[in-house]
Amino acid sequence: MRKLIQGWSTDRIELSAMIAFLILSILVFAVITPNFLSPGIFRSMAFQLPELGLLTLAMFIPIIAGGLNLAVTFTANICGLAAAFVVQKFLAENGAAALPIALLISVTIGLGIGMLVGAMVAYVVAHPILVTLGAMIFLRGLGELLTRGADISGMPAVFETVGHGTWLGIPIPMLIFLIAVAICFYIMQFTKLGFSIHMVGSNPKATMFSGIDVNRVLVWVYGLSGALSGLAGFLMLARFNSVRVGHGESYLLITILACFLAGANPFGGFGRVLPLAVGLISLQVIASGMNLMGASQHLATAAWGGFLILVMILRAPFQSKT
Amino acid sequence: MRRAFSSAEGILGLLIVVLAVFLTISTDSFASVQNLFDLLNNQSVNIIFAVGLVVVLVAGGIDISFSVAASVVQYIVVTLLVSMGGGNWAIGLFLAAATGISLGLINALFIHRFRIVSIIVTIGTFNLFFGLLMYLSRGRSIYTIPDWLYSRVAIFSIELERGSATLYLPVLVMLFMVFATWFLLAKTGFGRQIYGFGSNPDAARRSGINVALIQGFAYGWLGLCAGIAGLMQAHIVREVVPNALYGRELDILAAVVLGGAVLGGGRGTVLGSVLGVMLLALIQNGLNLLGISPFAFKMIVGAIILGAITATNLDRILPQSRKSAKEGQNNA
Repeated sequence: MRKLIQGWSTDRIELSAMIAFLILSILVFAVITPNFLSPGIFRSMAFQLPELGLLTLAMFIPIIAGGLNLAVTFTANICGLAAAFVVQKFLAENGAAALPIALLISVTIGLGIGMLVGAMVAYVVAHPILVTLGAMIFLRGLGELLTRGADISGMPAVFETVGHGTWLGIPIPMLIFLIAVAICFYIMQFTKLGFSIHMVGSNPKATMFSGIDVNRVLVWVYGLSGALSGLAGFLMLARFNSVRVGHGESYLLITILACFLAGANPFGGFGRVLPLAVGLISLQVIASGMNLMGASQHLATAAWGGFLILVMILRAPFQSKT
Repeated sequence: MRRAFSSAEGILGLLIVVLAVFLTISTDSFASVQNLFDLLNNQSVNIIFAVGLVVVLVAGGIDISFSVAASVVQYIVVTLLVSMGGGNWAIGLFLAAATGISLGLINALFIHRFRIVSIIVTIGTFNLFFGLLMYLSRGRSIYTIPDWLYSRVAIFSIELERGSATLYLPVLVMLFMVFATWFLLAKTGFGRQIYGFGSNPDAARRSGINVALIQGFAYGWLGLCAGIAGLMQAHIVREVVPNALYGRELDILAAVVLGGAVLGGGRGTVLGSVLGVMLLALIQNGLNLLGISPFAFKMIVGAIILGAITATNLDRILPQSRKSAKEGQNNA
């Protein structure tokens, strides 16, 4: 019981730290950029956040399991590409029916790619960084080969309603993201699979000896990650009305940053979904703020890189390979 | 004999020979002196990168920032040289080496002093270096480079029926770096310490190995290689384009992994990395000569990495006795 309370209290500290950081970043940008606190800015943030958020969740689950998935952005591209291809080839006249089918295709292909990656991590016993790096190079090459580096655009009008529409004042991409967060929260905190994922991350050997099929868990870890990437790919397709391989490539750094900012342990096993969601919002605030200030895109890249190292330095004393 | 072909180097060598024979038969231009010399000239930069990277991988780390670091070195060194009115090879090489080592030591500092995982540090410095370089240079290329860097230095030349084929300075520098790295890793006690640290950091620490020195050396050596490779690349293309080497790191990493190095440390050889680079180069060269879309190359590289990982760990997947399964687990 006491352990439980202590456990909750560290989680609360994480969460409050993230909320404090969010408030701080909003305040800073409210002071240094005059028109930051406008509904328009928050509206555009609400439309941008979901893609980044889904990719971050896709990065988060493998990190909890002690790995990393460098292929998230290109998995999203490939899934979007597949959905766009099927919709344009077979469903151009079907109107609204194209939407659920595209969603299904994106998520299924993402799940498939992820499970293949997971199977390689699990059964080949290769390092996840290497496997996902190989997968990333392969998927990018595949996408470039299929599209010759060009855009595929021109989706049916119904995609517009998902990409830019709102429901009860909430942007639809945001709704999709919140549902995904809820599902991930549920899986990670309340299911056997979620518990196994945490255990695999903190001590794979002990997990194996306590009778959990580590390989099966790993396949699901990367499968979930792939499915979330696929969902992100679907949202990108709906929002931009086009797919290009390499789109969202720069998100990779921010997803990693968000995971470690929110207290995920780089050696696996620790990290919670709620601080992640709050930390993510603060990163989106910073990104939008820098954008509004007219900071160059390259300067922003450098800032993210420096920020990642800074976060790791501050986090390092509290994390060790146990 | 059997042993030679069960090692990564042996298999790679065999693959290279098979591929070379296939390309000689199926294309006219592959087995020409011109093509082979071009291959060597063009791959020397990649090989210098690869022998640097293999040291880091053997020491149990990973670095993806080196190719961007090489771009930074190019830019800084050429800007400095132009501002001081030219300079010469000695000053250029010294500056490139010094800048490269400093950038490498920045990585080593974060990894050793702050105990951050190397992949995360180098993802951070990759973006930090690249973002700052693009921002400060405003993405502009330098076309006016010093004369000594501009005019190619020939080290070996053969007269052919049509013109002549020449090997240039980068090939010589590459041979020197390959030899130096091989000597350090395979022939010195310090090299054994790097292998030892890579295979079991805790045991190495407890047996009194200077961990800071090893980490500093590994990333510093890669920085040195990156600096020199950067200068050589500027010498070959005769200009400095800030984003020219962006993305190169993944090809090099693929090549080194192909050559038998593993993430997690303790395994990998200089010969393997050189052969890995050459195999990828042959594949690319072959695809060009056969007229296959260059877009397919990246996909094939990815497939090769995945295939190579699977092949090196094949003994773990196939049905096996309990004992060897356990050994497989321990190596992972």
